[in-house]
Amino acid sequence: MEYTPNIVGFACQWCTYAGADLAGNLRCKYPPTIKLIRVPCSGRVKPEFILDALAKGADGVLVGGCHFGDCHYKDGNRKTANRMILLKKMIADMGFEPKRFRLEWISGAEGQKFADVVSEFTEELIKLGPNTIVEENAA
Amino acid sequence: MADKIKFAFLLTGGCAGCEMSLVDLSESLVDVLDHLEVVFWAPTVADVKYKDLEAMPDQSIDLAFVDGMIRLSEHEHMAKVLRSKAKVLVAFGVCASLGGVAGMANLHPRKALFDTAYIDSPSTDNPEGIYPQPKCVVDGKYELTLPEFCDRVRPLTDVVTVDYMVGGCPPHHEFVAKLVTAIVEGNLPAKGSWLTGGKAVCDVCDRNPANEQVNRKTITEVKRVVDGNGVLEEKECLLQGGYLCLGAVTQGDCNASCPKVNIPCRGCGGPMPGVTDFGAQALSSIGAILENEEVAERMVAKYPDMAKMMYRYSLPASLLGRKIKGQ
Ligand code: FES
Repeated sequence: MEYTPNIVGFACQWCTYAGADLAGNLRCKYPPTIKLIRVPCSGRVKPEFILDALAKGADGVLVGGCHFGDCHYKDGNRKTANRMILLKKMIADMGFEPKRFRLEWISGAEGQKFADVVSEFTEELIKLGPNTIVEENAA
Repeated sequence: MADKIKFAFLLTGGCAGCEMSLVDLSESLVDVLDHLEVVFWAPTVADVKYKDLEAMPDQSIDLAFVDGMIRLSEHEHMAKVLRSKAKVLVAFGVCASLGGVAGMANLHPRKALFDTAYIDSPSTDNPEGIYPQPKCVVDGKYELTLPEFCDRVRPLTDVVTVDYMVGGCPPHHEFVAKLVTAIVEGNLPAKGSWLTGGKAVCDVCDRNPANEQVNRKTITEVKRVVDGNGVLEEKECLLQGGYLCLGAVTQGDCNASCPKVNIPCRGCGGPMPGVTDFGAQALSSIGAILENEEVAERMVAKYPDMAKMMYRYSLPASLLGRKIKGQ
């Protein structure tokens, strides 16, 4: 069977989530690989959520937040940006290809960007192949 | 006086430091011993054998402590035996609760671990390159066995149901005293909880800027203790001074013993209640107080292994649990 990546997306309700809505309204085309979870702010995304998604076999994780200066809670996205730099390194230390994780700033007006990011990410994950952690742990 | 509490202590993969911290109760241990009857304490203290424990009736031990992680098949077996004999089982110390320092072995393949332990370490003299085998025959007739080396380190909680967990490497003896009193008095929280005072290391730390009603500033510097940058002022927060200190997310039953002597907290106390993945939480709280992304990048460059930094004591109990092969 052909492999279709499974992406878990955490989208800030004020921007990326609205951006995803707009992508729909604009009839932008992107692969049906992403499962979007709405969060109040990208700062709400605990690193634990991302590890949990990877541990449960997600092939990729996308976190989407407001551009700097646009966060509704002032600096939620800046905290996220710092955390994700550390996290990316930690995931790599745990044996994951850091490209499985992506942080993007996508505003509510950037429907096209949302579609492009998902398409690009999907392609990259196809190149990387599936996340085999679940099989590996069962073995 | 009521009957004595039948007490057992089993050392699995640990270093017996946790047992030392119980012995460190010194005089108060003597008082406690009035209430305890030690029925099993092996392989360190009492002259009992594993088979003696196996022979005890189920549920005949009132209280059992285990210190150490599950590394060998023997540990798993004995933990299961003890579980069936004990009414209350406590994972005593961070190895039993979360995997401990030795849990970092989960980031390395078995071959690398064996090579380091039996070939490469400077104190090893092994010219024939012999590795321990689970079975061998001596003189052509005696078959000897050794426990199997499991494919990864696990916390006690992974192999049996644990009633209480205690953090610390080892648990601080003053806290152990409180704990033992609480146990003897039957003053225990709901099963499945951590036994802790519930305060973070920062809460009990003299260096916390909040003690002086000062707000914490964001971090702009990144330093490491090994670099030898001199000693901070007595009341200066280590984190604020640029050292990665995990006091904010770690149980403080140690009374901040490390920050008191200029050593940043590495998280041996275990997570604050409600946290599933210690390292992820530590990373989250540190990330949130860095000044900007450039400081975060510097931190990544300065600490070459982020996983070992954040999961110093808790890797086996983390969501990923070990290094994944080629993802
Ligand atoms: S509100 Fe969108 S990232 Fe904070």
